[in-house]
Amino acid sequence: MSNYLFRLFIAGDSLRSRQAVANLRRLAEERLSGRFQLTVIDVTADPASAEAARVLTTPTLLKEAPAPPRRVTGDLTDAGQVIVALGLEGDLNLGIE
Amino acid sequence: MTDTFDRGSGAVDKIATGIPGFDIIADGGLPRGRATLVAGTAGSAKTIFSAHFLAAGITMFDEGGVFVTFEDTPEDIRLNVRAFGWDIEAWEQAGKWAFVDVSPEPEGPPPVVGGFDLGALLARIQHAAKRVNARRIVLDSMSALFMTFNDRAFLRTELYRISLALKREGLTVVFTSERIADYGDITRFGIEEFVADNVLLLRNILVDEKRRRTIEILKFRGASHQRGEVPFTITGEGIVVIALTAQELTQGSTTVRITSGVAELDRMCNGGFFRDSIVLVSGATGTGKTLLVTQFISGGFTTNERCLLFAFEESRDQLIRNALAWGIDFARMEREGLLRIVNQYPHAMPMEDHLVRMGEIIEEFQPQRVAVDSLSALERVFTLRAFREFVISLTSTLKRGGIAGLFTSTTASLLGGGSITEKHISTLTDSIILLRYVEMFGEMLRSITVLKMRGSLHDTRLREFTIDGAGMHIGEPFRRVSGILSGVHTFSDGDADGDADGADDDGDNGNHGHEGHESASSRSGEAPRGV
Repeated sequence: MSNYLFRLFIAGDSLRSRQAVANLRRLAEERLSGRFQLTVIDVTADPASAEAARVLTTPTLLKEAPAPPRRVTGDLTDAGQVIVALGLEGDLNLGIE
Repeated sequence: MTDTFDRGSGAVDKIATGIPGFDIIADGGLPRGRATLVAGTAGSAKTIFSAHFLAAGITMFDEGGVFVTFEDTPEDIRLNVRAFGWDIEAWEQAGKWAFVDVSPEPEGPPPVVGGFDLGALLARIQHAAKRVNARRIVLDSMSALFMTFNDRAFLRTELYRISLALKREGLTVVFTSERIADYGDITRFGIEEFVADNVLLLRNILVDEKRRRTIEILKFRGASHQRGEVPFTITGEGIVVIALTAQELTQGSTTVRITSGVAELDRMCNGGFFRDSIVLVSGATGTGKTLLVTQFISGGFTTNERCLLFAFEESRDQLIRNALAWGIDFARMEREGLLRIVNQYPHAMPMEDHLVRMGEIIEEFQPQRVAVDSLSALERVFTLRAFREFVISLTSTLKRGGIAGLFTSTTASLLGGGSITEKHISTLTDSIILLRYVEMFGEMLRSITVLKMRGSLHDTRLREFTIDGAGMHIGEPFRRVSGILSGVHTFSDGDADGDADGADDDGDNGNHGHEGHESASSRSGEAPRGV
């Protein structure tokens, strides 16, 4: 059961892209108990999605559910900052059913 | 102005922008497949210039364009340029124009955690370019991007990467950036110019309490272009650059002569004016400048040429009435479609707009003769620099069209003297005719002389002329009188009043025995000296 819906926009198979994906997976496994669904979108292969989502920078992470939607850009190296940026602090303490 | 023309290697291929006048100063257009920075202060028309670049690409060359907007929303841009007749929405539907909307989000940019790049932006631009088969890309403006991201080194790298990627696809890129002042640092953040191959500066400056827009090609890497500031204006059809380059002046000049409308003057000019020459008539008020203009037009009428008169001093009705007094029927010429009188207040608009309007009328009416009466009226309201540019530009428009031009200029003093007008434009005209008052034995006489006539022999003597109900009658040269043009003339001989062609026999002040002198006058007219 996936409570968290993420879309991660990356630009090609770069070191930075791979780091972003790995950092997000680690964070979600460790802090969100694996309850997430992640779609990785390579903007070089699917630019239309980037256009539709008005994404300017890569990597950009979109948290689409639960509401409210949030976004953060960068390779997500600092998990703590990502949690703050996405507004997940409350969720971590209470847990989501 | 050829001296300000910077010839580069000439090897750089250019893309005609289609912006009127710009391609002339840019010696063909923007370097193809390169990045050009367009920098200017707020309100210097950067967005209009960029939009015009894309619009002209679509309408004139069927080249698609992508507009990447960092500041205004696409809705705003569509609306703002509609006044120029550019229907962006229709072009979007036709797959010719695409927006990449990077205008600010209400919630602001996302927080940053770790390293990132502008990969998504590049991918979106490339995607849009593919969609509309673009040849032209505009990024407007970099300043907004610098507001979002403070890290200049980062932006410099990213902009360089984007520009390089787009250039590799053969796209011609224009990106804009804001300047703080019209003179000083090229851009606010001092980075964009390193990314660009070429730099254009747009200015909107105050000169003598008048707004003046100019464009300057600061740098065209390895390509030729005109240097220095060139005026431009914004018309109902977008940007019009007032190209002042004199390149066209070298265009084959003709040896075909046309009548000046005064037979004796034709003889003084060794057969009339040249078909494509610009003649300046200078004289004090009342010396007969407007008469000469009227006869010039009448001369055109006799040979079925279309004449255009730009009148800045007298009203249409006045001109028609005056012409009638000299036996010339302007109203009839207008009815027959051979004359158009355009009345314009010099103050009505800035120099650039006068030029554009006059250019439009010339284009539409296709005249063989154009008269401007008077340049001095314009000189009074323009700055000196604008005035000179006006004359250069108008002259080259006429030259391009092989049109004969007659301009008048009013001298400040009644006797002798020159005018500021002449001082600044005499080198731009092919011929100069001086009309001067001569005070002699208690009487005001008039003199005419052909001071210069490029490429032709001409009568260099000062001749007396009279004006009556049939117009201008040129008589004998003033003999033994010197210094007329200086306003302080002297007689070299005591028996001046005994001289047959002196001032003694014109007590009637009317025809002045003109007919009687005709043959003598024409004979001496056939012995022209000097060039």
